[in-house]
Amino acid sequence: MNYKRPKADVVIIGLGWSGSTMAEELTRAGLNVVAIERGAWRDTTTSFPTTRNPDELSGSVRKDILQAPVTETYTVRNKANQTALPLRKFNNLTLGNNVGGAGTHWAGASWRWQAFDHQPYTRVMERYGAKQLVDGLILQDWGVTYDDLEPFYDRFEKIAGTSGTAGVINGAKQPGGNPFEGSRTSLYPTPALERTRANLLFSEAATRLGYHPFPVPSAMIGAPYTNALGLNLAPCTYCGYCQLYGCGNWSKSSPNICILPVLMQRPNFTVVTESEVIRINTTPDKKMATGVTFVDSNGNIGEQPADIVITATFTLDNTRLLLLSGISMPYDFASGQGVVGRGFTFQTLSWGFMFFENEYLNPFMNTGALATQIDDFNGDNFDHTGMGFIGGAGIQSLCNQGLPIGMAGLVPEGSPQWGKGWKQAFQKGYQNYAQIQGQGTNFAHREQFLDLDPTYKDRFGQPLLRITFDYNENDRRSGRFVRDKCVEIAREMGARQVWGDSFPDRPYSGYRLWDSSHVQGGVVMGEDPKTSVQNRYQQNWDIPNLFVIGASSFPNNAGYNPTIVVGATTLWTAKAIRDLYLRNPGPLVRV
Amino acid sequence: MKRRDIIKGGLMLMATSTLASIYKPACSKTFVGGSGLWKAEPPPPLMVVDSSRLVYLTEAEAKLVGAVFDVLIPHDELGIGATEAGCVTFLDHQLAGPYGAAAKDYRLGPVVEGLPQQGPQSIATPAELYRTGLVELRHAAQAKFGKSFLDLSEDQKIDFMKGIETGDIPFETLKSNEFFSMLLQNVREGYLADPMYGGNRDMTGWKLIGFPGAIYDYRDWMVSQRGKKIDVEPVSLLSRA
Repeated sequence: MNYKRPKADVVIIGLGWSGSTMAEELTRAGLNVVAIERGAWRDTTTSFPTTRNPDELSGSVRKDILQAPVTETYTVRNKANQTALPLRKFNNLTLGNNVGGAGTHWAGASWRWQAFDHQPYTRVMERYGAKQLVDGLILQDWGVTYDDLEPFYDRFEKIAGTSGTAGVINGAKQPGGNPFEGSRTSLYPTPALERTRANLLFSEAATRLGYHPFPVPSAMIGAPYTNALGLNLAPCTYCGYCQLYGCGNWSKSSPNICILPVLMQRPNFTVVTESEVIRINTTPDKKMATGVTFVDSNGNIGEQPADIVITATFTLDNTRLLLLSGISMPYDFASGQGVVGRGFTFQTLSWGFMFFENEYLNPFMNTGALATQIDDFNGDNFDHTGMGFIGGAGIQSLCNQGLPIGMAGLVPEGSPQWGKGWKQAFQKGYQNYAQIQGQGTNFAHREQFLDLDPTYKDRFGQPLLRITFDYNENDRRSGRFVRDKCVEIAREMGARQVWGDSFPDRPYSGYRLWDSSHVQGGVVMGEDPKTSVQNRYQQNWDIPNLFVIGASSFPNNAGYNPTIVVGATTLWTAKAIRDLYLRNPGPLVRV
Repeated sequence: MKRRDIIKGGLMLMATSTLASIYKPACSKTFVGGSGLWKAEPPPPLMVVDSSRLVYLTEAEAKLVGAVFDVLIPHDELGIGATEAGCVTFLDHQLAGPYGAAAKDYRLGPVVEGLPQQGPQSIATPAELYRTGLVELRHAAQAKFGKSFLDLSEDQKIDFMKGIETGDIPFETLKSNEFFSMLLQNVREGYLADPMYGGNRDMTGWKLIGFPGAIYDYRDWMVSQRGKKIDVEPVSLLSRA
């Protein structure tokens, strides 16, 4: 059965962080907004009660609240001459699957990216020149700078209730914060969380080595806080059921606690749940978007017409929707022409792992983003002359896991993984394990891209998205450099056993333990229609009433997590729609 | 009637009268702001599994997998072993549920073996893998020792399982080392998950490592007990009667 819903001013595909942030802005401006969401409605009190939530098996082991591969998966290969195969199970990809999106279960690291990360091309050319780039690397500016985004970063933090210690306020360095951060106009909304024993050991060791440790800004609320929308958030209780869990304590910034209770009150907002958008509709000449087509959970095909279409699904699905809809020119690897699927990036992880001898690290007291970091080797905070790479990593003592099934394999090297010896090793190792993560940059490369898979289909018979990705030479060089720094600090912390790992030393795999879920690009924003899908306002170059928002717009990844940047760029685009587009619908940038 | 009024009333209106269908999806839900209808489905209720009977495994399979589990997590001075802790009951119920059916996995073809980094491509479910894997394990033990796995000495069982772990003792229809990985993961799950799932009897797995279980607030201890041994009796979401 086919049906058509009444026309809306705006249709938003996906109600995660970017979709709900956009919906709040545009409904407040008086527009009639309809969101179409694949997952089910979730509200904090009903869906994530604290009397139900502390359950590792259904949470981080079976991942009950996450997107399942049966709903949608991706095919992966390292090189264009290989055959991509589907991820039949998800390991490192932990994607959202309900109202709230990944914003419900995320770990909560809440970074502003640095000026360098938004303008990498200009900065690298100024400081080093083209000789610094390895063959095939693609570097381009976003068209929007840190200074442009600062008011939107500020606003989004005040929606999220971000906790942290400011490092730079109006250009002046502050004690205890990150001396390398972009200048802020206000403090973090709530104070930084308490540190763990492992955080303190890291902080002391890093200081002795001459580095500059600071608490990682976090979605875990640091004190009772009323956010910018008037919603009351509660302090984090360090329960340890955080990453991959919804927070029933109103303590982890999410669309569910920070935005949706306000949206629920607005009669000009509607969400249609358990309905998957399969296509963005356009006029025959592909000059305007006309709405979206979706499949509801009965298999009925629905249409939602709208004057403005905003695509706010997960990064990978944003790219896939444009490809399925035949919008803008797909990237062609052979010729290097085309834009959709180009500029795909991942995250370069390096590690220092360690075991102490007689500590009580009490790892069960943690949150998803409980970390102390140094930025001395992140972005362009150090001189790369003669090093053969650009970028780096945030190097952090990360205390995000203490649940027993997940830690059962973490025993000192040489210990058995089962039997009597394992029980002894696990008993001791549980209290003595610590880790330093180097969360590193990844820049676009001509051999990293997204397109539609020629073989594998989803449950509706539509092609899956194909990921062609392997680490590039820049990642291999930066990864080893960062790994050695992680190991250096781990040794200084006094651990008995220390070893390091740089993931780019082996081919990319979707099944590597401890790997990242951060993917960016594919629908990048920029200054030139030949190298970007959309302009600096995340407005499609070809179709002025189509905006694709989220990390799919980022032309590069930084040594940080992406969420706060997603929020800030969404608010930036919302303002452009409100103040510029509605007054004069059409392209906001002319080439 | 203005469009805004229609939306306020929570009514659905067809855009054109020429369309014969009416918007009435049964599972998909439409929530209109201010309507007061924003209510989520509560999560499934917590339940303690019934350990009095098997729901997927046969008696013989349960006995064999219990013997294997007790090699992986034995009874010793640090605590009870896997079977005593209920890990077979745990597994039995997991295999009878969505995990056993691989309900969340992508299982469409074609099934092609790829590079190691492309991950497992088999679409066999855990329930199917246990059924065939346990037969294979029984045969492999019989072939190597001339007797049942159940009748081997402790040292023989350990040596045999090391051969399964490395793949040095191969199976015919599936990879023995991959079957081992699943056994090890599942026995750890049974030993360390909340007791309501059938394992971790008396929270023995949590007591082994000093994990406090289903506690939701550590603010009082974050600073006062930092770096110190905390003696706490663990709590479960739902203990077995």
